[in-house]
Amino acid sequence: MTALLETIGLQKAFGAVVAASDISVAVQRGQRLGLIGNNGAGKTTFVNIVTGHLKPDAGRVMLDGKNITGLAPRQVRRDGVSRSFQIPQLFTSLTLEQNLLMALAILREEGLSSWRSARSDARMAELDDLLDRFSLRPYRAQTIAVLPGGVRKLVDVAMAVTHQPKLLLLDEPTSGVAVEEKFPLMDVIMHAIEGTEATVLFVEHDMDIIGRYADRVLAFYAGRIIADGKPAAVLSNEEVQRYVTGGAA
Amino acid sequence: MAGIVGTLATAAIACAALALAGYAAPNWLVLVATLAFSKGLVALGIVALMRGGLVSFGQGTFYCAGAYAAGMAMRSLGIGDATVLVALGAIAGLILGVIIAPLLAGYRGIFFATLTLALSMIVYGILNKTYSLGGSDGLNLHAPTFFGYHPPRSQDASYALFLFTSLVTVVAAALCRIHFDSVRGLLSLAARDNEIRVEYLGASVRWVNGINFVIAAVLGGVGGALSALSLGHIDPDFAFWATSGEFVFLAILSGYVSVTAVFVAAILLELVRSFSSQYFPNTWQGALGVFLLLIILFLPGGLGSLALRLRPSGAKPVQASADKSE
Amino acid sequence: MPRTSVKLAAAILIDGVIDASWLFIVAVGLTLVFGVLNILNFAHGSLFAVGAYAAASAVGWYYGGDLGPPFLGYLLMLGSALAVALILGPLLERGVLRFFYRRDEVVLVLVTYALFLILEDATKLIWGVESYYASEPYGLLGNVSFFGLSYVGYDFALIGLALVAGLLLWFGLNRTVTGKIVLAVIHDRDISRAMGVNVTRVFAFAFTLGVFLAALGGAFTAPKISVQPGIGITVILLSFAVVVIGGLGSVEGAAIAALFVGFARAAAIHLVPWAELFIVYLVMALVLAFRPEGLFQRTAARKI
Repeated sequence: MTALLETIGLQKAFGAVVAASDISVAVQRGQRLGLIGNNGAGKTTFVNIVTGHLKPDAGRVMLDGKNITGLAPRQVRRDGVSRSFQIPQLFTSLTLEQNLLMALAILREEGLSSWRSARSDARMAELDDLLDRFSLRPYRAQTIAVLPGGVRKLVDVAMAVTHQPKLLLLDEPTSGVAVEEKFPLMDVIMHAIEGTEATVLFVEHDMDIIGRYADRVLAFYAGRIIADGKPAAVLSNEEVQRYVTGGAA
Repeated sequence: MAGIVGTLATAAIACAALALAGYAAPNWLVLVATLAFSKGLVALGIVALMRGGLVSFGQGTFYCAGAYAAGMAMRSLGIGDATVLVALGAIAGLILGVIIAPLLAGYRGIFFATLTLALSMIVYGILNKTYSLGGSDGLNLHAPTFFGYHPPRSQDASYALFLFTSLVTVVAAALCRIHFDSVRGLLSLAARDNEIRVEYLGASVRWVNGINFVIAAVLGGVGGALSALSLGHIDPDFAFWATSGEFVFLAILSGYVSVTAVFVAAILLELVRSFSSQYFPNTWQGALGVFLLLIILFLPGGLGSLALRLRPSGAKPVQASADKSE
Repeated sequence: MPRTSVKLAAAILIDGVIDASWLFIVAVGLTLVFGVLNILNFAHGSLFAVGAYAAASAVGWYYGGDLGPPFLGYLLMLGSALAVALILGPLLERGVLRFFYRRDEVVLVLVTYALFLILEDATKLIWGVESYYASEPYGLLGNVSFFGLSYVGYDFALIGLALVAGLLLWFGLNRTVTGKIVLAVIHDRDISRAMGVNVTRVFAFAFTLGVFLAALGGAFTAPKISVQPGIGITVILLSFAVVVIGGLGSVEGAAIAALFVGFARAAAIHLVPWAELFIVYLVMALVLAFRPEGLFQRTAARKI
C-alpha cells in the first residue's frame, strides 16, 4: 500500500544553515507521528516544505503517489493537506465565527463565485458543529484580537481540521499553553478528528505529549533525522538524549 | 438570501427618495449631488480595494479612461445616449482593469500605492501631449439624451442627469453591498489580515486583489463617464495625482463599513469645495491633507463607523478601522 | 546631437552619471528614512521642492543684491538646505509622524501623503505659483568639453557632491559610533531600545538627515531647472523608483540604482524620447521580476 506521505531526499539550506539534509520519510495512513528536535533542527522547515510554503533545493514530496513538490499551499490544501501554526495565524480583526466561516467556505466550489452571504444555512450548521467540537461557542462573536492564547490555538487548529484533511500537520500545538491546559487541548484536538481517518504529524517540544499521543517519533537534529521509531525507543536513544531531550527521557 | 433582498429593497427606497429629493431641491444642489455621486463611485472602488488592504493612489487612470471613452464616443461616433456612454465608460474601465490587474496584483502597501500613482501620471503625461484628444485643453461635450428623451430646458437636463446618475449609483452601490456581504467580500477582509492563512485555507490572494482591482477599475470608468456628462468637459486633469488623491480622501473619510457613507461624504466634500474655492483657492490640497491626518488620528473608521456606534448593541461586530493594528 | 555612435554612447554615459548624482542624493535620503523608521516618506519630493525654493530665494537675494564673492553663493545654498532640514525635520517627525508609529503600513502611507498635500500648498502659499530661476550658480564653474560634447562645469561638481555625500554617509554609518547605533536601530529597533539606545532620538536624527538630503538635492538642482509647483510629485515618483530598484533601506542599492535610472533616462532622451515618461518603470519592473525586493535585499524575517 502506498504511503500517504513520502518525502524523498529533501534538501534545504538558508545560506550556510542547513535546515534539511536528505530527509526521506514515509508516513502510513492513520499514523500519529511526532516530530521532535531542538530549535532550528528543521522540524518547521519540514512542515513548510511539505505544505508548499518553501520549495526544497532538491528532493520530492509525494502525497498518495502524487508529486506535490513545489505546489503552492493553496493547491496542497486542495489535495487534502492541512496545517496549524506555531504562532496562530488568524484573521485578527474578524470575529471567531468569521474566521471559522472562512475556513469552511473557501474550499466549497460555489463559495468564491457565489453572491450568497457567508452565513448560509448549510454553512451555519457546519459552523455550529465545529464550535461544539472545539468548545468555542462562548467566544463565537468576539474579535480574535481580544481572545487569550489558548483559545487562539484552538481556533487555529479548528480552521485546519475542516473539510476532512487526509493529512494534518500541527506545528507545536501546545506551545505557549499553560501546563495544566496541554493535555486537555490535545484531547480536544484528537477527539475532534476522531472518525475522520486523518493522518496526523505534530511537532512538539513536550515529551509527555509525545509519549501520550504519538505512535511513532522522528527526531531531528541539524537538518537530519537522527532517530525514527516508537516513542519509548526514540526517547531512550543516546543521540536523541544528547541533542534533543538532554538526559532523562 | 435575506441580506440580498434587504439590500435590494433599500436600493429601491433610496431611488424613490432621491427622485423626490431631486425634484424638490434647488438646481445648484442637484448639480452638486450629481457630480458628487459620480465621484463617490470612484471612491467606492477604492473602498473595495481597501477592504483587501490595498490603497490605490491612481484611480484617476480609470476615471480618465471612462471620461475619454464617453467623450470620444460622443464627439467621434456621435453617440449621445447617456446609458450607452456610461456603458462605454464601464467597458473602458473593465478592459484597462483586466490588463493592469495581473501586473499590479502582486504588490502591496506603498509599492501598490506608488505604482498606481505612477501609472496615472503617465496617462496624464501622454494625454497632455496627444493633440488629437484635445491635449491639455481637453474637449467639450454637449448634453446627453436619455433613451431618446431630449431635455427641453437646462433645468430638466440637470434633473434628468441627476435621476440617471442616482439610478446608476444606487445600482452600483447595491451590487457592492451584496459583494461585500458575500463570501468573496469576507475573503477580502481576511486577506487584509493574514495573507498566509488565506493561502493555506485554499484561496488565492492574488485573485482576491485582482477582482477588487477590476471592480475598482469599472467603478472608476463609470464615475468618469458620469463626471464627463456632468461637467460637459474632459481633460487630462482627470488623471492628475490631485484628482486621484481626492478619491482616496473620500474613501478614508467614509470608511468601509457603510456604502451610503461614501456618497454622503462625497456630497459633503463637493459642498465644502464650492465654498472653499470661492474663499481659499490655494489651500484646498493642504486642507484635505490636514483633514486626512485628523481623520486618521481621531476617526480611523471613517464616517461609517459613527453610524455603527449609533446602532443598537445587537449589531454584528465588523471591524471598521482602516488600520489593521487597531 | 552627436552623430557617431561613440559620441552617442559617451553622451548617454555622461548625461546618465550627471542625472544619477542628484537622483542618488535624493534617493539615499528616502531609503535611509525607510531603513530606520520603516516609513516610505511620500512627502520626500515636497522636501526636495522646499529645498529648491529656499535655495532659489537665497540665491536670488544674494546675487540680486550683489552681496559678496560669487562662490559664497554655494555655501548659501548648502546653508538653506541645512536650515530647511533643521526646521522641518524635527517639526514633521516630532510634531506629526511620531503619533502614527504604531499604526500599520497603509496608514503611514496615507499620513505621509497627507503631509505631501500640506507641503505642496504651503510651498504655493509661501512662494506663489510662478517659476523661480536661480541660474547664477550654474554658470560660475565654466564649461568643459571633450569628445566634441560640451558640458557645464557645475554638472560635474554635482557628481562630486554626490560622491562626497555618499562617502560621508558610508563612513558615518559604518565607522562612527553614532552610525553604528543607527545601523543597530535599522536592524531591530526593539532590541536596540532594550539595550538602552534612545531610539526616539535616532528616529528624529535619521528623519532630519533624510530631510537634509532631500533639501540638498533640491537646493543644488535648483540652478539647473525652473523651480515651480509640481516638481515635488515628479521627484517622489523618480526617487521611489530608484529606492525600490536599489532595495529599500540600502545605501549601496540607492547608488547603483541611481546609475541604472540615470543611464536609462539618458538613453531614452537620446534614442527614444517619447519613452522618457515610463522608461524608469520599465527598468523597475524588469529588476523586480528577477529580484522582487530590489538589488540589495534585506534578509527577510521568517513569518511562520
